[in-house]
Amino acid sequence: MQESKLVTDVVFLRARADHDRREGIIRAVLLLFSIVSVFTTLGIIAVLLQETILFFQEVSIVEFFTDTVWTPLFASKKFGVLPLVNGTLLVAAGAMLIALPLGLLAAIYLSEYASDRARKILKPMLEILAGVPTVVYGYFALTFITPLLQKIWSETQAFNALSASIVMGFMILPLVASLSEDAMSAVPQSLRQAAYALGATRLEVTLRTVLPAALSGISAAFILAVSRAIGETMIVAIAAGQQPKLTLNPLQSIETMTAYIVQVSLGDTPQQSIAYKTIFAVGMLLFTMTLTMNLISNWLTRRYREVYE
Amino acid sequence: MLEQHEIALSVKNLNVYYGGFHALDNISLEIPARQITAIIGPSGCGKSTFLRCFNRMNDLVPTARVEGTALFYGQNIYDPKINPVEVRRHIGMVFQKPNPFPKSIYENVAYGARINGYKGDMDELVERSLRAAALWDEVKDNLKKSALALSGGQQQRLCIARAIAVEPQVILMDEPASALDPIATLKIEELMQELKKFYTIVIVTHNMQQAARVSDYTAMMMLSKEGSRAGTVIEFGPTSQIFTKPKDKRTEDYVTGRFG
Amino acid sequence: MNGLFANENGRFAPRLSLRLRFGRVFQFLSLAAVTLGLIMLSVLLIDIILDGYKWLRPEFFTEFPSRFPEKSGLRSALQGSLWMISLTALMAFPVGVGAAIYLEEYASDNWFTRLIEINIANLAGVPSIIYGLLGLGLFVRGLELGRSVLAGSMTMALLVLPIIIVSGREAIRAVPQSVRHASLALGATQWQTIQNHVLPYAMPGILTGTILAMSRAIGETAPLITIGALTYIRFDLKGPLDLFTVLPIQIFNWVSLPKAEFQQLAAAGIIVLLAVLLSLNALAIVLRNKLQIRW
Repeated sequence: MQESKLVTDVVFLRARADHDRREGIIRAVLLLFSIVSVFTTLGIIAVLLQETILFFQEVSIVEFFTDTVWTPLFASKKFGVLPLVNGTLLVAAGAMLIALPLGLLAAIYLSEYASDRARKILKPMLEILAGVPTVVYGYFALTFITPLLQKIWSETQAFNALSASIVMGFMILPLVASLSEDAMSAVPQSLRQAAYALGATRLEVTLRTVLPAALSGISAAFILAVSRAIGETMIVAIAAGQQPKLTLNPLQSIETMTAYIVQVSLGDTPQQSIAYKTIFAVGMLLFTMTLTMNLISNWLTRRYREVYE
Repeated sequence: MLEQHEIALSVKNLNVYYGGFHALDNISLEIPARQITAIIGPSGCGKSTFLRCFNRMNDLVPTARVEGTALFYGQNIYDPKINPVEVRRHIGMVFQKPNPFPKSIYENVAYGARINGYKGDMDELVERSLRAAALWDEVKDNLKKSALALSGGQQQRLCIARAIAVEPQVILMDEPASALDPIATLKIEELMQELKKFYTIVIVTHNMQQAARVSDYTAMMMLSKEGSRAGTVIEFGPTSQIFTKPKDKRTEDYVTGRFG
Repeated sequence: MNGLFANENGRFAPRLSLRLRFGRVFQFLSLAAVTLGLIMLSVLLIDIILDGYKWLRPEFFTEFPSRFPEKSGLRSALQGSLWMISLTALMAFPVGVGAAIYLEEYASDNWFTRLIEINIANLAGVPSIIYGLLGLGLFVRGLELGRSVLAGSMTMALLVLPIIIVSGREAIRAVPQSVRHASLALGATQWQTIQNHVLPYAMPGILTGTILAMSRAIGETAPLITIGALTYIRFDLKGPLDLFTVLPIQIFNWVSLPKAEFQQLAAAGIIVLLAVLLSLNALAIVLRNKLQIRW
């Protein structure tokens, strides 16, 4: 009797030990999966850093940031990244001129004016714009927008910054609209009621109460939009050209950082060549710029949530 | 019974619907000027909805429909020529939970005056309003500080100051002390006694002791009939009468605690 | 309108009609912004359909790309996209869902968890071309997988991982705590609870998120160009280590060719790509509406 109880106890304990071990293994595997994302970040930094260091052993960092000519693929090589940065910022600025005001206005319409039914129809329709693959926008910029621009300004080049800016602006519009609307919808209804009760019109409630209260959330949306524009690749690779130059004229052909990486990738570049290393150096710069903006944006969003929760 | 007072607000045959839901059933009532009128009754009988008829806040609910008339010193505020925005400037409101804007104390008070094109000295108006709300001494050195840093009771007095700053004739209060502690509640009640010298006050309250303490007149609301969800005013009169010798059996049951 | 109220005291100049007029102008402007976005979308779709519909013949789906537009088709691109999306899902789904489970069910609220969360949030904002550079350095060169569909899929799996994790966490979080407590109270282990109770309830949401992640992967071009996916492939894709191309890269290739017919082929390819994406999104919506349990 005594003995058999001991046996069942042992069996039970062994089963529990098995359970515990199994639970432990599962937990460890799941932890490993969630660490994959951390290794992705580390991998990006390691790969970019490794080639960038090799690059700067051959090219001076001062030349990279101050020279105004970028010709790493030519016989006489110059490594001034400024023309690429210029092209990137020119296109991004143009896109922001469309995406920020239109996106914010759309957010205001959806959050403050539209009925529930209208919002449920309009918002997903607008978000289709963000789901269209970028290669499609590139095609549209090159074959539809550019000919249109050439009819207006005959000096418009076949590849130009403006057409890329325009379609990129519309591509990013839903991002701005959606995130700004989230921020505005999170403003408590009681604040709107307070303003209405003081004799404010709907416009005044929107502009003087809701927008200021949602400001950090909206700023986060704007910064994320800029970051998206800077990192966008296919539209500029197809429509904006491959001519790195320092210009503010959006009707001219330019080259962005991303388009340059595509240009080199399309050619068959040997691994040891300096051209191969340039794309990692340019990539490193791009990664640093977008990461900084994303960090600021996330920080603003978190701060915003803390105010109202 | 109201002869000795001027009438500030007067509603006749007021009905409110939310879509197909009948919320207020045929209310007629006269509210005396520069007195405190309390609206009491069990929860869900439409006290808040009724209060919000006076400054047309119900217009903000897309499905709401108001029938009947509501006269403000003889002017029908539901006249199609009248915009609700204009009504709200003359009939201010203080809400259940303090809802200051996330701005400075000064900007909170100045907000309504700015949008309504106040022509006088803004600093003077802010000080006058804060004094009238018995808050000036506590905040005069910190006008630039965020209103969110104030205590709940201070925030609610700030909301009263904010309402006063647009110089309304009427102040509607929707359970203004229900989110506050007893001391802060007492301060608000004292303040109301000061304010009634200049303003007509209508207050919704759950708290019958509060109604008995502060109000001059009391309106008793109930669901209009058995099985109906629509509320109506079943009895109205001087507070002392409602609490000591009510005419309606239901009022008596409610104020003596036998109901609700 | 002013002065309707006899007791207007003169210290205010509300100018209400002017303010209301501003309001109407602004409302019009904000509606115009939404409309402009939708007009742009319509113009884009109409333009592409008009450009490309003529080329949507049976041969377009069965032929390899060619120097001659009339003999060109999407055969290798369709094969590549199918291989790539299958391999990507095979890798990203278990890892993404596993990470989501860990973060929602196991992780305690400490600095390490927050690090992972911030990291995922930021990864979602890394430009896709940077993933391409990662894939080039790590998979193509480092693991010596070459420009294979496997290397491309691994790159793409890392790219969509944050999307799957974030949507997976939302779906898991939506399962009420009472379901877990009921299971744990019966003596089930934590994993048994997750496996038998939490995951079945969360699965529609997880699948919806995964489908949306896959539609992102199908449309991505830049990272695959960077790892060197070829644009001109005239043979069938037989295994994970073969060279490959995908739909958007084939489209990009045709866009880059000067001849007008190739531009039209690009438009036809875009119609196919958009049709695939539309069906995937429709599937996601159906899943969300039909299977999701409302609490």
